[in-house]
Amino acid sequence: MKLHAARRRKQTIFRRVVVGLLGLFFALPLLGMVEFTTRAPGGGRTLATWATLFDVNVIDADYPELKTGVLASAGLVVLTVTIMLVMLVPTMTWVRLRLPGLRRTVEFVCLLPLTIPAIVLVVGLAPVYAWVAYFLGESSLWLAFAYVVLVLPYAYRALDAGLSAIDVKTLAEAARSLGAGWPTVMWQIILPNVRTAVLSASFLSVALVLGEFTIANLFSRDNLQVAINQLNKRDASLATAAALAALVLAFIVLFAMSFVGAGRRSHPPEEN
Amino acid sequence: MSASHPPVSVTAPEFGSGRGVAVTLSGLRRSYGSIHALDGLTLDIAPGEFVALLGPSGCGKTTALRVLAGLEDADSGRVEVGGKDITSVPTSARDMGMVFQAYSLFPHMTARQNVEFGLRLRRIPSTRRRARASEMLDLVELSDHADRYAHQMSGGQQQRVALARALAIEPQVLLLDEPLSALDAKVRVQLRDEIRRIQLEVGTTTLFVTHDQEEALAVADRVGVMRAGNLEQLASPHDLYARPATPFVANFVGLTNRLRTTVEGQHANLLGTSVPLLPGSVQRGAAVLLIRPESIAVKADPAGRATVLSASFLGSTGSLHAITESGEAVLAQIDNDAVATFHPGDRVCLVPRPNPALAIAVE
Ligand SMILES: Nc1ncnc2c1ncn2[C@@H]1O[C@H](COP(=O)(O)OP(=O)(O)OP(=O)(O)O)[C@@H](O)[C@H]1O
Ligand SMILES: [Mg+2]
Repeated sequence: MKLHAARRRKQTIFRRVVVGLLGLFFALPLLGMVEFTTRAPGGGRTLATWATLFDVNVIDADYPELKTGVLASAGLVVLTVTIMLVMLVPTMTWVRLRLPGLRRTVEFVCLLPLTIPAIVLVVGLAPVYAWVAYFLGESSLWLAFAYVVLVLPYAYRALDAGLSAIDVKTLAEAARSLGAGWPTVMWQIILPNVRTAVLSASFLSVALVLGEFTIANLFSRDNLQVAINQLNKRDASLATAAALAALVLAFIVLFAMSFVGAGRRSHPPEEN
Repeated sequence: MSASHPPVSVTAPEFGSGRGVAVTLSGLRRSYGSIHALDGLTLDIAPGEFVALLGPSGCGKTTALRVLAGLEDADSGRVEVGGKDITSVPTSARDMGMVFQAYSLFPHMTARQNVEFGLRLRRIPSTRRRARASEMLDLVELSDHADRYAHQMSGGQQQRVALARALAIEPQVLLLDEPLSALDAKVRVQLRDEIRRIQLEVGTTTLFVTHDQEEALAVADRVGVMRAGNLEQLASPHDLYARPATPFVANFVGLTNRLRTTVEGQHANLLGTSVPLLPGSVQRGAAVLLIRPESIAVKADPAGRATVLSASFLGSTGSLHAITESGEAVLAQIDNDAVATFHPGDRVCLVPRPNPALAIAVE
């Protein structure tokens, strides 16, 4: 009995130490960033950098590259999430309904990007983007096509979990027998029941797109991270503040996601 | 099969409001690879009739129902409803209410919203919609559960809401694919009787798929026995039981003894008694007689030529296993209060009753 208690106490301590170390590992750089961005020229602390970061007029006038980057990333987030959802949700639903034999193949294709390093992706995409630039222009927004590939594995996993939680086939067949066409089945039956999964997939994509640097940089397009990198050469303090703000935003998004997910799971238990 | 099966009267062709339409399946074929799920299935259902499809697992019952609903395409053959060929009409335009084996209520809607779903799609004004939904929930006796979600209801309640939802749209045909198989025995009996009551009330032509023969015999006007993608016999429960057309039906529906016999001019000689034969029987010579347990009477007789193996109490009846002098096992139905009077080893006399039976060739 005593032995067990002792062992359990040891395990608890071990767990706390590990969590503490991990926390330190993540927190230290962030704390460093906070420290760095609040240094005053003559020693001491100032919030001047942060005031600048959130002053739209100053940014607009003095740091146009940051503004471009933020706008480009915002556009990329919207476009990537939209393309991803429009592509994945109907396809995955359809595969479950009509082509169950293809499920493994689709899963394989969707998870493939995980195994491809960004740099390889860029090399492969370069000729494609030459055509994209030729037909659609040089806008940074077209990076969204590459980003969709990048977020595919994460979005797929999230959506797959959501679709597995409901009996897609029976629900769709019940709705159709009641007179619903395919669009109605999709909008009124499937989507409301995989809402959480769609949100998770979207949030994961948002976090990924906000943090993307390699592809944008190698294609010499603008996005938030590229802008921060450029800014770093001119005003390291502001660049660090911007990076920290982006990180915190991504954190908040991921937190929000886990809460939405938890809210859904804590439905009242079955009362059979 | 409990031998207490009630002789359901063969109902007249006009029921309830007479809203039903005729359904005709003709020459339906459907293959999955080398498996012929439907192998030229032909089935006629009269307007307002309740037909149950019965058969062993994998014989194509579900496939037949799904083809009728338009959820599966037949390779060939025709589906007609109300005299119109609907073979190429999509499911959503077929106007058929369906209840599935799996729970199929939309999880994000309350019972009432589920029932209203089909009505909303038909753009029924909201006051009429609400009234109709209430009426349907009343019909399945779930008015006080209208605002519950699926996960707040029992399996039986969910299936009743599913039934209300299917009936709310006043479908031409009601299709039920083993709607009760996930429920426990008691709820199952209650709900099957309720389905029958409601069906008689609304008069919708109904096809009910089940592999539970008691269920089929208890509720249907006619029962179709399927085998390997084809209809073996379609008859009233009583006829199916008392006058099986094929050995398969005789074996599949109810319990049957297989006893050696000799056939001579429309009669079989069994244990010294002459038993009349059903159409389709062997004409003459050695044969096997398929005879029901209740067609064999048992008399205690020390000079009898059979020996009791066991006697069991089954509630409303009893059953007795005996072995004849020639070594054939016989199952007979006896009165429940007679069970205690028979003991293993007792000598008994087995007397076939003169009910027509099917004689088949010796294998
Ligand atoms: N989608 C499918 N793909 C391949 N084979 C199928 C498919 N659906 C049905 N089958 C096959 O067709 C045959 C008939 O199936 P069906 O589901 O109609 O049987 P059933 O009579 O409903 O059986 P059960 O009583 O088990 O429900 C079976 O052999 C089954 O394996
Ligand atoms: Mg089936």
